Amino acid sequence: MSAFNAIGDERETDRDEYTPGVEPQPTWCPGCGDFSVLKSLKQALPEVGRNPEEVLTVTGIGCSGKLNSYLDTYGFHTIHGRALPVARAAKLANPDLEVIAAGGDGDGYGIGGNHFIHSARENHDITYIVFNNEIFGLTKGQTSPTSPKGHKSKTQPSGSAKTPIRPLSQSLTAGASYVARTAAVNPNQAKEIIAEAIEHDGFAHVDFLTQCPTWNKDARQYVPYVDVQDSDDYDFDVTDREEAAEMMRETENVLNEGTVLTGRYYVDEDRPSYTEEKRAVGEMPDEPLAERYFDDDAEWERSYDLLDRHK
Amino acid sequence: MSDDELIWRIAGGSGDGIDSTSQNFAKALMRSGLDVFTHRHYPSRIRGGHTYVEIRAADHEVQSRGDGYNFLLALGDSFARNPSEDAYYGNEELKPLSENLDDLREGGVIVYDEGLISEEDVEELNLEERAEENGWHVYPMDLRGLAKEHGREVMRNTAGVGVTAALLDMDLEHIEDLMSDAMGGDVLESNLEILHEAYEIVEEEYEFEHDLRAPEGSHETEQALLSGSNAIAYGAIDAGCRFISGYPMTPWTDVFTILSQNFPDMGGVSEQVEDEIAAAALAVGASHAGVKAMSGSSGGGFALMSEPLGLAEMTETPLVLVEAMRAGPSTGMPTKPEQGDLEHVLYTSQGDSQRVVFAPGTIEEAYEQTRLAFDIAWDYQIPVILIYDQKLSGENKNVDVEFFDREPSPDLGSTLTEEELREAAHDNSGKFKRFDYENAEDGVAPRSLPGQQNGRYLATGNEHSPVGHISEDPDNRVYQMDRRLEKLESIREELDEERESTQTYFGDEEADYGIITWGSSQGAVEEAVGRLNEQGHSVKGIGVSDMMPFPEAEMTEFLESVDEAIVVEMNATAQFRGLVQKELGRFGEKMTSLLKYNGNPFEPAEIVEGFEVNIADEDREPTAQVRIEPAAGD
Ligand SMILES: Cc1ncc(C[n+]2csc(CCOP(=O)(O)OP(=O)(O)O)c2C)c(N)n1
Ligand code: SF4
Ligand SMILES: [Mg+2]
Repeated sequence: MSAFNAIGDERETDRDEYTPGVEPQPTWCPGCGDFSVLKSLKQALPEVGRNPEEVLTVTGIGCSGKLNSYLDTYGFHTIHGRALPVARAAKLANPDLEVIAAGGDGDGYGIGGNHFIHSARENHDITYIVFNNEIFGLTKGQTSPTSPKGHKSKTQPSGSAKTPIRPLSQSLTAGASYVARTAAVNPNQAKEIIAEAIEHDGFAHVDFLTQCPTWNKDARQYVPYVDVQDSDDYDFDVTDREEAAEMMRETENVLNEGTVLTGRYYVDEDRPSYTEEKRAVGEMPDEPLAERYFDDDAEWERSYDLLDRHK
Repeated sequence: MSDDELIWRIAGGSGDGIDSTSQNFAKALMRSGLDVFTHRHYPSRIRGGHTYVEIRAADHEVQSRGDGYNFLLALGDSFARNPSEDAYYGNEELKPLSENLDDLREGGVIVYDEGLISEEDVEELNLEERAEENGWHVYPMDLRGLAKEHGREVMRNTAGVGVTAALLDMDLEHIEDLMSDAMGGDVLESNLEILHEAYEIVEEEYEFEHDLRAPEGSHETEQALLSGSNAIAYGAIDAGCRFISGYPMTPWTDVFTILSQNFPDMGGVSEQVEDEIAAAALAVGASHAGVKAMSGSSGGGFALMSEPLGLAEMTETPLVLVEAMRAGPSTGMPTKPEQGDLEHVLYTSQGDSQRVVFAPGTIEEAYEQTRLAFDIAWDYQIPVILIYDQKLSGENKNVDVEFFDREPSPDLGSTLTEEELREAAHDNSGKFKRFDYENAEDGVAPRSLPGQQNGRYLATGNEHSPVGHISEDPDNRVYQMDRRLEKLESIREELDEERESTQTYFGDEEADYGIITWGSSQGAVEEAVGRLNEQGHSVKGIGVSDMMPFPEAEMTEFLESVDEAIVVEMNATAQFRGLVQKELGRFGEKMTSLLKYNGNPFEPAEIVEGFEVNIADEDREPTAQVRIEPAAGD
């Protein structure tokens, strides 16, 4: 008998179930790309057969961090940059939960960059969506780690002297087993990619291009975009690390020249997830740890039985 | 200073196996029926650098290191830098002998390794002259040579133990048993040979001039030798904690290591992660998802945990953190004890603190209060921090085995089951009112866990409505803030009324003078109070463990009952005295501080002296490296 009966409950759901009935209405600005992420999740989750109470959405701080205010699942709106470590641990505590982490480009690639690298490296079985609007939205428009070189903002009035980071390449190098980029203006692809990312067993990283019309007016709305899988101009094998790396580099190079490439970049179905790795070395129980606390028959080990070594 | 006790100091290079040798010798003394207490002096280097371990053994309970010591086993430092030159670091090879002479009591015994420490060096030390002055008895022996002859050079520690046992007239039985437990084959055989050979050489060839012998004692029940770190780890295990996340830092690493080694066999999970921000955030995540989780660090790492700690307070996520203090500020003295992080632990993180802090004073208290920490954290959904230090972390003491014979308590406190959730309050859309101030009891609103049916809500570090939506509504804000703070009052009430006090009292209740301390300085204060009373003073002591919520009633009663008090703590700014004055708003004129922050814990004699100078008004300066901070208005 499980203490978590929402998990694995196979009933049909629809997007309405993921919409909070009462307050709050999204506070995002009109035209904000964040709406697209919300929408694609509301479509993808019922499609992959999840119900709201088996999903834990963990977010950071930023406009993007409000995601779980408007997505009616279990939610944890954490602190700036720390969504990933909270999400990882929730997954370790109860591996049957569907754990989705999300946050902004500043949140994930800047202040939380260390966690991003290590979460990808460890290949935790979670989905990580980065709302990449190339700007700090919530704090009113400062330069972010993905802002293009030369980008002017209140804190870089003469234009940023820094080249932007390469989130896809970084993710691949760090060890993510699913890496994709989609864009708010591309709802069908976004929904499909989010659904695949959720279904993927391992760290699935989606760099989601979300325009910020309020603070990043100069930025393109990421149209026209090109889906690298659909285009005849690009031909590479998403399961091949070298080819994926090459494609990512190209994508990152051309973004700031106005060419928006999107799609799946790397998919490795063979790499064991962190939970599997940890179980393989005997450092993680087979049954979800969280269940044990509700099991009346569980036998709890005692320190009293460890004392021989001290006598 | 009683001479019915043995204080054996084994000194050598760190990396020379002093830890395991002393651990086993302490166990042998314990098995022979004595109470033991160990004190470890650490240098920061991994190998080399002079270090020592002291074992105090007596036929009565020992809660502290002693004043000085009476038996030195100087092994020589095999990792010494520049062994023969008087370079920047001095002659390191000689240090195990030369650096330890100041604390050796009159009439004490010295054994040193002639094989490593040269005759000329000893001459330069004027050892003979000093020995005569102090009544020391010196027994050189070629321990290294003996070890080499029967086995390998590293076994010279065993030779040293053999010499010690012979000079103290101890039976070898327990030492042999412990060796057989720890090793086998040729290694065991060589070690046993060396042990016996050393013992016999002493018996046959040495003339005993000293009076010191191993005390005799007996225990009615079986004993176990454990450290404060063991006690914390074991308290966590018995409280049902099965998740720990951390990043190594001395001295917190001990607790982290012990649990990491035990958890795989207990279905638990240990995570060494990228930094302490992650460590604390993981513990929050695991707890949120329904597992009893903990994390911890030492000063600098704990500083990084500040923001996740605040998140746990605001989201009311149960959590236990441990903070193993070491001397600060900044990297400070990484391997030295200090009680300088009290204010850091009480107040770090933004907004009004909403946490509980305990400072155990002994190894038994470390175990008890760890369990208490988990109980309170999960009942009240609040972070609880255990603050201790390098001293308590590393010292070992014998504890009655039966002390640990208790039921585990894996209970999740105020967490609802799915059945209970069906009946709980929800908003119109079916979201669970997890932060329901209307139905809260003692400030506690029960929680759900992700994956449970009918339990979904939003946890957020923003101020929030009953279902967790971000809210800046002024009324809601005040309700939620008051409710969270009410939990602290309820906890204080529970501690005062339903549980045995975590404060420890000693001395005569009617005494005129008080000595107040907190955390790990308790043992030394307890011993000092005993001695002062024996000397005819009228003194009582209190070791305080509840830092937050503050034990207002108990402290008021204590301070009202005395004319004057000294507050003993290992820091330079009298942080605990400051806390007392802040919480009670008075008694400033009654409290004088006795502070020590040179990197070494208090010895009882220093507290006795501090009392004599301050309270008995003896007109002299204290000789120890302590500072006196006069009472307010003085
Ligand atoms: C530790 C910390 N530093 C700074 C902030 C202020 N802050 C909030 S959101 C944010 C940046 C937001 O940018 P991004 O992560 O890209 O999210 P967006 O708003 O663009 O979605 C900052 C700097 C904070 N909340 N916490
Ligand atoms: S500031 Fe930008 S990112 Fe934030 S809600 Fe408005 S448009 Fe969206
Ligand atoms: Mg952004």
